[in-house]
Amino acid sequence: MGAALAFGLQRRGLSTLMLDEGDIAFRAARGNFGLVWVQGKGSDFPPYAQWTWASAQSWPDLVAEIEAITGEDIGYRRPGGAEVCIDPGEFEATRAQMHRLQSHAPHFEYQMLDRKALSELLPGLGPEVAGGCYSPADGHVNPLLLLRGLHQCLTAKGGRIETGSRVIAIQRRGSAFAVDTIGMRHHSARLVLAAGLGTRELAAMIGLQIPLRPERGQILVTERLRPFLSLPLARIRQTAEGSVQLGASNEDAGFDEGTRASVMNRIAARAVRVFPHLQRARVVRAWAALRIMTPDSYPIYAQSQCHPGAFAAVCHSGVTLAAAHVLHLAAGIAEGALPEALSPMDTRRFGHA
Amino acid sequence: MKDHYDVVVVGAGPAGMAAATVVAEHGANVLLLDEQSTAGGQIYRAVSRQVLNDENILGRDYYQGRTLVSALQASGAEHVSGATVWQLSPEHEIGVSRDGVARLLSADQVILATGAQERPFPVPGWTLAGVMTAGGAQVLLKSAALAAPDAVFAGTGPLLYLVAHQYRKAGIGIRAILDTTPRANRLRALPHLPAALMNMGALLKGRRWLAELRAAGIPFIRHVEDLKLLGTDALSAVEYRHRDRWQRFDTSRVFLHQGIVPNVNLAMAAGCAHRWSDAQLCWHAVTDAWGETDVPGIAIAGDGVAIHGARAAECLGRIAAYGALHRCARLTARDRDRLAAPQRRTLVQERRSRPFLDAMFRPSRQFRLPDDDATIVCRCEEVPAARVVEAVALGCVGPNQLKAFSRCGMGPCQGRLCGLTISEMIARQRGVPVAEVGALRLRPPVKPLMLAELAALATAPESIPGRD
Amino acid sequence: MRRLPRDDGPQVRVEFEGQPLLAYAGDTVAAALLAGNHWNFRTTPVSGASRGPFCMMGVCFDCLVEIDGVANRQACMIEVRDGMRVKRQLGASDIGIGADLFADGEQETPS
Repeated sequence: MGAALAFGLQRRGLSTLMLDEGDIAFRAARGNFGLVWVQGKGSDFPPYAQWTWASAQSWPDLVAEIEAITGEDIGYRRPGGAEVCIDPGEFEATRAQMHRLQSHAPHFEYQMLDRKALSELLPGLGPEVAGGCYSPADGHVNPLLLLRGLHQCLTAKGGRIETGSRVIAIQRRGSAFAVDTIGMRHHSARLVLAAGLGTRELAAMIGLQIPLRPERGQILVTERLRPFLSLPLARIRQTAEGSVQLGASNEDAGFDEGTRASVMNRIAARAVRVFPHLQRARVVRAWAALRIMTPDSYPIYAQSQCHPGAFAAVCHSGVTLAAAHVLHLAAGIAEGALPEALSPMDTRRFGHA
Repeated sequence: MKDHYDVVVVGAGPAGMAAATVVAEHGANVLLLDEQSTAGGQIYRAVSRQVLNDENILGRDYYQGRTLVSALQASGAEHVSGATVWQLSPEHEIGVSRDGVARLLSADQVILATGAQERPFPVPGWTLAGVMTAGGAQVLLKSAALAAPDAVFAGTGPLLYLVAHQYRKAGIGIRAILDTTPRANRLRALPHLPAALMNMGALLKGRRWLAELRAAGIPFIRHVEDLKLLGTDALSAVEYRHRDRWQRFDTSRVFLHQGIVPNVNLAMAAGCAHRWSDAQLCWHAVTDAWGETDVPGIAIAGDGVAIHGARAAECLGRIAAYGALHRCARLTARDRDRLAAPQRRTLVQERRSRPFLDAMFRPSRQFRLPDDDATIVCRCEEVPAARVVEAVALGCVGPNQLKAFSRCGMGPCQGRLCGLTISEMIARQRGVPVAEVGALRLRPPVKPLMLAELAALATAPESIPGRD
Repeated sequence: MRRLPRDDGPQVRVEFEGQPLLAYAGDTVAAALLAGNHWNFRTTPVSGASRGPFCMMGVCFDCLVEIDGVANRQACMIEVRDGMRVKRQLGASDIGIGADLFADGEQETPS
């Protein structure tokens, strides 16, 4: 989020400094699955559906810019994506959700597929699968290469990054903001807070109340495997290197407070139902995906009323929305006001100013 | 295996065997888990199998391990071999895998005795087939009576000379010994010599090996400054720089060694605090006088805490066991202290020569931090030093960011062979202490685990008794 | 590799790449292969480079071979059993789903 907005602003000619906490930061970014995902998003909240769609459609433009500057393939592919439904209940719920989404987003295409049809898209699909939903709008990217690419683009355009710089205090000094880290004070005309969970504390300093809570999910990663899966699934994705990621998707809110082992067991059990052959694969590492959850799970884009020029932005789909952030949100921030289309996602929906 | 034990000990080397024996002798329920098929760890590997006919080859110290194994067997401790521990949670939930089946169990007290591994030795070509560690050569000797004639031994440290000595005893020809001990270490080690002399036996032994090796006519080149291993599909030659000149040996076998370091992965994944030791250039677990870490009920004993050798490991294992027994209310504090006292006395004696050895055989910077950009730092993901340097230049402040940006540490070894290298490389490039840079953040599974096993894992949290 | 005089334990017949190999009960697969002068155990999934055993104690994960059809097994941690079929591990593990073409029509090999 931060890197996307920083690049977005720098590329519009605003000199930008990005302050980053340190080695254990990027937690959320590192935990991201890498999906550029449209299906199902905002099925009950049209502004989010539109924003997601706009981002997905702009993604090729973002990729072109990044690759032009860095010369590196960040692994963006849009082969479509599938949500696999284990039982008929899941299948019907998914069908209903996609139907709702399409009702206010008519350009969104999807196909509900029974097991037989789905297995043509997904060889090796297990016998205990009811079916799934395919949408040509979905894709995936290497989230770490994306992050690195955004960093490189920021600096290539003249922006600056300071790592190991945790922000301690923010004050208004006349028409500028004074931002304190340990041993340094930075001044700027505009301020963007995109610090994941840390945003709440920082936003309070500029008179914004941003309700957030962390939600952990686990991701298991297998050893490198010969390619067998060309489509990203909501919870299973084979990377370009061949390793398979299993577990938390952006949509999953169902993980409880269970022990590590019970969570890993659940992810593994589901994965081998979807692809029984995966039983032979080894998990070589696991990490926690830290989702930044707002009370209704939709992003928060807010601008401070008492400190004009200060903005806060948080979401849990930082990869999917990256294009929108770079190409559209940054524009609004640069002009001093967030786009009208985003006002349903400010803090007023929680009863805050 | 039961669902719950008073004490679970992980690792059946000297520390683990000693600890499990003590716990069982005091009547508590103890489970000793170990990956190998027989007890002994690495130092006493295969000691109860009696593989080699000629016991002079490995020497008396090795066969001492039999005493520990017998005591373990006599104690009645439950010892499960072929068991890999892939998880230890701060709440003492232990994940074990054996024969393709994974299960969970728990314990009031846990003693980790996972011992040590060899320090990485990142030189050009160190990943070529035909390159092994001196420890690996010794394992082959101990467990399969196999030896590779005409190998070049390269590096520094007692284990290197010991294995070369054992090869000589076995009548196996050695091509050459390339000793990378820096000249400057002598001076550095001198202040520690008096203390080490109080443990004279060990020092004299070492000197005798070296003298015999030199007398045997094996080319023994000291103060080697640089090393390159060459070959296309496999090792075919080793080049070394000595007194500013490059020389070469044609060989297809090289045994590398530059010291051993604690196996920290399980302890770190369990959340135990570690601190950087400049004396041993590795991470040491932070433990109290009973081996207990900052995670209540998890203790670490032996070389898994810090390197002090096999005899010290036994003492630490017993001390940890007494501590655990007290915490389980099976020993009063008074009895615990009384029983531990002789172990502590032996420990002092055994640790005397350590500062000298650490200083004398401290591996030099160029062999820990590769100068050659193409040298592979992460073996699993084949990441060259250049990419590490580039990532740090782009702003990676520590090993976890570096992992994300370079893939170092993402392979099956989970940073065991690259972790120390990258922490030190980052520290050097940033100009900060290694302690500030930190270590890779590790999570279970601490060893790779088949998805089939994870999927079939029976997890019933309610049935596992909670700790109080 | 040279075999030193050792216990007269039972011998075990295994196969490596289709060729018979004699080993002793209690030997690891790695030891058996090395005794037969096979030092090249696998090619890596990253670059196809040849690798062999390095640490002999289960920490380096370089001694990976295919045993009885199961890929990526640490040869230094597994004991030989009569009739075992061992093969070199070539590249990444194949879990047995037919080789797939990526949606854009190109066959992607692991980089």
